Amino acid sequence: MPVATAFQTIGPYWHLIEHPEWADLTRFGASGEHLVLTGRIRDGDGAPVGDGAVELWQASPAASDVFPGWGRAATDAEGRFRFTTIRPGPLPGAGNAQQAPHVALSLFARGILTRLVTRVYFAGDPLNETDPLLSLIEEPARRATLIAHAAGDDAWHIDIRLQGEGETVFLDF
Amino acid sequence: MSDSFESAATFPPFAPGTQPDNDWAAYGSTHRRHPQQPALRIPQTVTETTGPRFTSAQLPAIIDLATEGGREAMGERIIVRGRVTDEAGAPVPHAMIEIWQANAAGRYNHARDQHDAPLDPNFKGEGRVFSDAEGWYQFTTVKPGAYPWRNHFNAWRPNHIHFSLFGAGFASRLITQMYFPGDPLLALDPIFRSVPDEAARQRLVAQFDIEITKPEWALGYRFDFVLRGRARTFFEE
Ligand SMILES: [Fe+2]
Repeated sequence: MPVATAFQTIGPYWHLIEHPEWADLTRFGASGEHLVLTGRIRDGDGAPVGDGAVELWQASPAASDVFPGWGRAATDAEGRFRFTTIRPGPLPGAGNAQQAPHVALSLFARGILTRLVTRVYFAGDPLNETDPLLSLIEEPARRATLIAHAAGDDAWHIDIRLQGEGETVFLDF
Repeated sequence: MSDSFESAATFPPFAPGTQPDNDWAAYGSTHRRHPQQPALRIPQTVTETTGPRFTSAQLPAIIDLATEGGREAMGERIIVRGRVTDEAGAPVPHAMIEIWQANAAGRYNHARDQHDAPLDPNFKGEGRVFSDAEGWYQFTTVKPGAYPWRNHFNAWRPNHIHFSLFGAGFASRLITQMYFPGDPLLALDPIFRSVPDEAARQRLVAQFDIEITKPEWALGYRFDFVLRGRARTFFEE
């Protein structure tokens, strides 16, 4: 049987395929509640990751001709990235479980050989309390690394730490 | 730009040893960028099993990197051709493949690349192709040059082309690099060597192919991709 091809790092020069407009998932005119998600990525020394690629994927609302469900953003010198998208709704989980609204993020950068995957949930959503994935994380401080905080009207922010104190929970599936 | 690709099937785990570990001391940039906590193992849900779709109608293909505005880039023209399949060997049709690379002198058209090698006004280094109904893709470019990097004393990256692929679901996303046969730098390159399994590592090396080679025009290389996941057959439903 064929075996999946090995990952290699995206490296520092991936911007040759960067298209900044891809960070706006509403650019084709999708309707729904808009939201801005900003984030900041730092390494084990607390230094910003200034050459990263962040990809956002959300299964809700369902992708369509006017909503790609997917976007890519570069991090700036401060490690910051920014997406504009439509607020996701709840999703079905295993069995009868319901998943709280969330988006998935893939992180790629020089010094990351495969990819790092995490999720972003939204603070204050009552479904967070029973979300099957969040429930797998026992330590509240670890769980909190997946929860974005309100940063103004329809704006949310997530801090991502690749290593060390406050290290983000990354996912394997 | 896309619509959701419905795929209720879950994706099997990667075969042991066939993927690099992000904690890889020989590659200095990993030291402060790899997580120290083990990744949280989660069941796959619709978030992991579905993914974006892209079409050439929305994102135009760029199948010839070797010319820019009708002018020829400097260097050795090559054709890269291959097939995208899943782990069952079934073709992955209409997969978007993003391509980027250094020019023939080993210099990227990128502000942060300060290697003292010439830029080529006729080479940008971005490509984008889509696999056909049978999973085949092809593009034309120039062979990228080796370039130095500061990972260790006298460190040089082997000739390589960067690739990004989107398959049937979020779980099948792939970013990788293609290398060239017979390159003496491969044995010294910590990024290539980060793949533990020897056979998996060697599959990152393209094969020279006289059938792909075009007379009086360009050498041909064969490079196949296998994306995570298996096509569902009606037996599995
Ligand atoms: Fe490179």
